[in-house]
Amino acid sequence: MPPAAALFAASWLALFSITPFCPAPLSHAQDAAPETVSIAGPLELDPLLQSVEQARVAAIDRARPSAVSVFVPGGGGGGSGVLISPDGFALTNFHVTSPAGTFMRCGLSDGRVYDAVLVGLDPVGDLAMIQLLGRDDFPYATLADSRQARAGDWCMVIGNPFLLATNLQPTVTWGILSGVGRYQYPSGTLLEYADCLQTDASINPGNSGGPIYNAQGELLGIVGRCSFEKRGRVNVGVGYAISINQAKNFLGYLRSGRIVDHATLGATVTTDPDGGVVVSNILESSDAYRRGLRYNAQILEIDGRPVMTANDVQNVLGTLPSGWRVPVTFRYDGITKRVPVRLMGVHRQDELLAKMSSALPPPPPVPDQPEDEKDAEENAEENQDDTENDDEAPQPPDPKRPRPPSPHGGAKPAIPKSVSDLIIPRRGYANYHFNQVQQDRFIDSLRNQFPADQFPADAESNSTAWTITGKTGEAEVKLSVADDQFAILVGETAMQATKRSELYDAVDTDSIAGILPALDAWRTMLKLGPQKFGEAYYQGTMPLGGERPLRDCMIGLYGDMEVRWLSHPESGLVECVEVFADRDSDPAELWIRREGESISGLELRYGTDVALDVSISDWKQTETAQP
Amino acid sequence: MMSLRRPSPTLVSRLPRLPYLLASLLTCLLITADALAQPPVAPSARDVQQRVVKIYGAGGIKGLEAYQSGFLVSPEGHIATAWSYVLDVEPIVVLDDGRRFESTIVGIEPALELAVLKVDASDLPYFEVDRELNAQWGDPILAVSNLFNIAAGNEPASVMQGTIAAVTNLDARRGTFKTPYRGKVLILDLIANNPGAAGGAVVDGEGRLIGMLGKELRDSGTGVWLNYALPIDALRTALGDIIAGRTTTVPKEQNPVLRRDQSHNLTTLGLVLVPNVLESTPAYIDAVASDSPAADAKLRPDDLILLLEGQRVGDQQTLIDLLRRIDRRDAVSITIQRGNEVLPIRLQP
Repeated sequence: MPPAAALFAASWLALFSITPFCPAPLSHAQDAAPETVSIAGPLELDPLLQSVEQARVAAIDRARPSAVSVFVPGGGGGGSGVLISPDGFALTNFHVTSPAGTFMRCGLSDGRVYDAVLVGLDPVGDLAMIQLLGRDDFPYATLADSRQARAGDWCMVIGNPFLLATNLQPTVTWGILSGVGRYQYPSGTLLEYADCLQTDASINPGNSGGPIYNAQGELLGIVGRCSFEKRGRVNVGVGYAISINQAKNFLGYLRSGRIVDHATLGATVTTDPDGGVVVSNILESSDAYRRGLRYNAQILEIDGRPVMTANDVQNVLGTLPSGWRVPVTFRYDGITKRVPVRLMGVHRQDELLAKMSSALPPPPPVPDQPEDEKDAEENAEENQDDTENDDEAPQPPDPKRPRPPSPHGGAKPAIPKSVSDLIIPRRGYANYHFNQVQQDRFIDSLRNQFPADQFPADAESNSTAWTITGKTGEAEVKLSVADDQFAILVGETAMQATKRSELYDAVDTDSIAGILPALDAWRTMLKLGPQKFGEAYYQGTMPLGGERPLRDCMIGLYGDMEVRWLSHPESGLVECVEVFADRDSDPAELWIRREGESISGLELRYGTDVALDVSISDWKQTETAQP
Repeated sequence: MMSLRRPSPTLVSRLPRLPYLLASLLTCLLITADALAQPPVAPSARDVQQRVVKIYGAGGIKGLEAYQSGFLVSPEGHIATAWSYVLDVEPIVVLDDGRRFESTIVGIEPALELAVLKVDASDLPYFEVDRELNAQWGDPILAVSNLFNIAAGNEPASVMQGTIAAVTNLDARRGTFKTPYRGKVLILDLIANNPGAAGGAVVDGEGRLIGMLGKELRDSGTGVWLNYALPIDALRTALGDIIAGRTTTVPKEQNPVLRRDQSHNLTTLGLVLVPNVLESTPAYIDAVASDSPAADAKLRPDDLILLLEGQRVGDQQTLIDLLRRIDRRDAVSITIQRGNEVLPIRLQP
């Protein structure tokens, strides 16, 4: 017997040992007569069973404290969630938070209830981030690498099925992964599940948004939907979870407080009957096209993951946020290239918001309405009113009668002040407050790093100018930016501008003067801060030049240009400033070279070409007279 | 509590071998207690997935799914699956490695709701179909199938785990379960018999085949859906006979078409079928002539002819063609379905 098989059997016996088992039927008692075990003294368990069982108990104990039971105040439903940081950030489903809006109450297995506030939303991926309030030492889950998961691995789901956790003790169900890398088509217009996990652990309405853990108690994913069919809205052995690796890609975006979108390549692909995946259509305005991807090119890898079929491509893209730049490897004309490609959003912002509002769940169904029995993938949210009616209503209410207000108070429950202080509604945002928090973090960091840390703090009203001198090769370089005064001198070549629109043209034509808006936006941001810069917001985290670690990305609108600061997640140092003029052409990328604390060089790139490389000798700020 | 339970047969039968195994296992456990403590399900789920195939055929309307599951039982591409409406057309088979094949239906055993398909391939991984069922209630099992057609394209089939809850006969009360099968079944404690799961493989803790998932069945009295598998010992003989060609008395190809006045036809047997208006109209009996072999055998309107001399009667044209190859002085063996029963009938001229 192979060792694995022994453990398989042992795991099973261990499961039974915690379950009172019914007596054997008569026929079996006869069959087994020669093997009958007599009852003498305390039962001794096989050491193998003991160790397997203890490991299981330990894994559940490790996992359970991070599981969250989400309740919509006022009895409007609920679901599950999972804590991922000690300061209370937790993941759940978009469709769990959407009935609640920005405020919900969350129970943990310690028996306490915490207020929670909405942070960010990913309606396409059905993810939401919330923050539990009141502690800075919340128990939180260890994130696994869900790409290591395989069909057949033991796993467990901990959550709030049927909203049973009114005693705040979550329900644990155990099973195996039935499949990995599954692709589930969008239900309705949103909620695409790419590269998701499939499990036979029981998942029921109310488990939505909750954790699925591996056998070690590490977080594998976020439970999202089930295959419900003619057997009614209960588990039929098939549940799906959003992989934690997908969630990892979106954590920074969700922390921004925004409503975020997923990525698309700007090309469609088909599976070649001879194997491999080829481009069947491509937008000429896409970054992929500018990097050389063409009709009939064979795509080999996206973001480091090999792709063999069109499904594989969707499985990778579906897990990436809009606006990311990831490496793509493709073969065209016999040449294999690996290039960083900027991904576009699946939706326009307006389109996403419109689809999102139409994807919001309808008002709770009238009890005893016949179930819609058509074969459908449904999301495992639970509506508390429903269960209450099932439990308590002795006679079915007249379906035509309008629903009476909830006995818990039909009006929106008052949001406690400590919570409402953390909520700022704004169009396009789940909760703008959390964007402001990140903006503050960004500007603090920007003001405490080179070159700002070299300059005296001065009044905002004073007009400042930057003069940067250095060399490119043997040629002298002088860059100067001030309000409406921009100049670049490289050797004998000099360029000047007085309007931001001229800088726009410089970027659009891939000129070396494209370095100026990056520097001036930096100067202006330091002087004015994000609140007064113009429209400015924190985007989230993304790879830099297609490479990890993920960098913090701050965006500001500068003239008609969009400027992005990409900073290292730990040091907070700006590593690259990107300036987008026309959406359909390459941005100017200003890459920053540092030596110790200070900046030793600037490199201007368009696409993958270097337009200018300056080694810096001096970076001065002067005050100028008001124009 | 545990002592009330019959010790698991897996453990009992293996106890003599356990000590040395345990010694080595526990050593492993002590070294990397955490990593090994909850092993992946054994047998390797991957090994089982590689032997399971996806089958696409007729259906796709009115809640009839156009897909089901099957598993390989020979390296040359013989596939066991459930006999169902999906096989009303020659089905497409997708192997675990993503290769697509047009398959042929080698034969069916209506009483078992079993069909055998064949794809043109070789050196495939397959399940041995053991002579005896070496499994009892309480045994852990894996059920591998393409339920709900979740595994699209080249994705591997879905794996589920559970135990055998009982080994018993289906409740034979007429109409309780809408199936002609009356034999032994493995009742499972997992929700295995979903749309598309029929024909999936059920294996034991060591990856040995012990049964085939059956079609969805619902107790007409209680409304409860049954989760069950047909045990291999019920399937083995029929599988072997179909693959070896023993179900037919004489292979069709070797049997020449006889002259019209020497062969059987519908009239010589006293059969009137429903109007043949479709491309492949099922061989439903519409009327039976009096004083005919059909009347003597008590055939009735609405009986469906499934097999003739062991050959599958897919449609009326096939039936007529097969009859042309049988001397009209000879008796004819057919298998019919009447309601939920499958009956062998002999028509004596």
